[in-house]
Amino acid sequence: MSEILVVVEHSGGAVKKVTLELLTLARTLGEPAAVVLGGPGTASELTDRLGEYGAAKIYAAEHADVTGYLVAPKAAVVAKLVADTSPAAVLLASTQEGKEIAARLAVKLDNGLLTDVVDVAADGTATQVVFAGSTIVKSAVTRGLPLVTLRPNSVTPAPAPTTPQVSTVDVQVGEKDKLTTVVNRVTEQKGSRPELTEASIVVSGGRGVGSADNFKLVEELADLMGGAVGASRAATDSGFYPHQFQVGQTGKTVSPQLYVALGISGAIQHRAGMQTSKTIVAVNKDPEAPIFELADFGVVGDLFSVVPQAAEEIRKRK
Amino acid sequence: MNIVVLVKQVPDSGSERNLNADDKTVDRGSASNVINEMDEYAIEEALRIQEAHGGEVTILTVGPEQATESIRKALSMGPDKAVHVVDPAMHGSCALATSKVLAAAIGRLNPDLVLSGAESTDGRVQAMPHMIAERLGIAALTGARKLTVDGSTLTVERQTDEGYEVLTASTPALVSVWDTINEVRYPSFKGIMAAKKKPVETLSLADLGIAAEEVGAAGASSAVLEAGKRPPRQGGVKVSDEGDGGVKLVEFLASEKFV
Repeated sequence: MSEILVVVEHSGGAVKKVTLELLTLARTLGEPAAVVLGGPGTASELTDRLGEYGAAKIYAAEHADVTGYLVAPKAAVVAKLVADTSPAAVLLASTQEGKEIAARLAVKLDNGLLTDVVDVAADGTATQVVFAGSTIVKSAVTRGLPLVTLRPNSVTPAPAPTTPQVSTVDVQVGEKDKLTTVVNRVTEQKGSRPELTEASIVVSGGRGVGSADNFKLVEELADLMGGAVGASRAATDSGFYPHQFQVGQTGKTVSPQLYVALGISGAIQHRAGMQTSKTIVAVNKDPEAPIFELADFGVVGDLFSVVPQAAEEIRKRK
Repeated sequence: MNIVVLVKQVPDSGSERNLNADDKTVDRGSASNVINEMDEYAIEEALRIQEAHGGEVTILTVGPEQATESIRKALSMGPDKAVHVVDPAMHGSCALATSKVLAAAIGRLNPDLVLSGAESTDGRVQAMPHMIAERLGIAALTGARKLTVDGSTLTVERQTDEGYEVLTASTPALVSVWDTINEVRYPSFKGIMAAKKKPVETLSLADLGIAAEEVGAAGASSAVLEAGKRPPRQGGVKVSDEGDGGVKLVEFLASEKFV
């Protein structure tokens, strides 16, 4: 069976959920081979988890240069693997870095690229949701192999345990891939919450939350439900919540099982980032707010009384 | 420091956007077209660097005839001149081919710094900066929320999911920016009047040494096979809070097994 290269995303010694989705998808296309890119010792921490989700092979590309420079060394390693192993497809996560590696691969291999894909059929045809979730497109790479980035939360990860065969990749990074040095990586308020784009539940606050202090209400509800916290652009522009949590056209696109919109009117800018969520609930004091056109369940009311009551009710039921 | 800013004209993300029924390219005819919002922050950043360090700011756009409107709008903010690559053969080009054209045009201008938005609101691919940098063999510092220029050394704070990364590189380099990097100025009346007289050079593919069959639908490396509108979401139950809104909300969430 032909190999499907899956470029692994990991953080703090753990495989990211989107990679488990990629492995699950890869199994429908061929034999998954996970590509681990990182500093020395990275792959050994990830092997068990990758095997649990069906990675028959692991290519361990471990070198200080892989993480010491931005993206280019990773693309160089994957391009060499493609040349050496002739895979049937290359799958990456549709994250900032995944898309950037894919972009460089596309140029290096003179190969078509499909991004923000939500599904790939056995023949390599990809499904994409574009224009803020309003349009569905079926597309295919017509030059080269299917080079695809998958949007997080598109596939339900399913285990298929196997023992991966680990091979070490000889990493050689040329000077032209060392032009941008990563001087420092800073983690900001990670905490125990799941990552926004990967979370099954996202609780977001908007202009109606009113202040940075009041965002504690949003955080409290998110924590009770094990969800991530998001914010509308109105909220991040007003300084209520940090920009990296912005959901919308100019922020993150999320597609969780449940999206809770608190004090968010639902401007098209915001809808662009969340309207493919499976279930949407909203609390807003304006009965005409467009968010209610999307919401499976909406409460017209003051979030400062509805949300604490909901939090209390969840505690009672626990 | 000479700076080229990449500006893309896109359909307004605030209005309805469609694909053309025949060739499934982005419908740019019926939509109201605007400068890609993130690119305005790139223009602003270029002008600030110019104010501090001197040099020239050039707008570079690849796009159909009508993109001239966006070029004039961009110039009204303050850049010195513009280059517009326009060629009917470009219609239906994939990202890979577009990056080839942009790289060729940038190579001709030979700037110290290329600035762009981190992504466009139509494609949202975030691929173009790295595709161009890969072709030109220059440094790419992408996703900047802060950019510092010190001589030929660039330092960027790159926004990531977990926080940020600090990147450095020497010019020539490409930096893509998010809307967190600055506050965009409004064009002044004087700026709008001046923009009408600023030079806009038009280039064809032949001027860049690129053959028609390398771009457009013929040279595309990917194809849209079919496209359809997603059925619009239907609103569900809407209740008014009568003092039990929170409880009702949780009852719904429980019925859907979320709590």
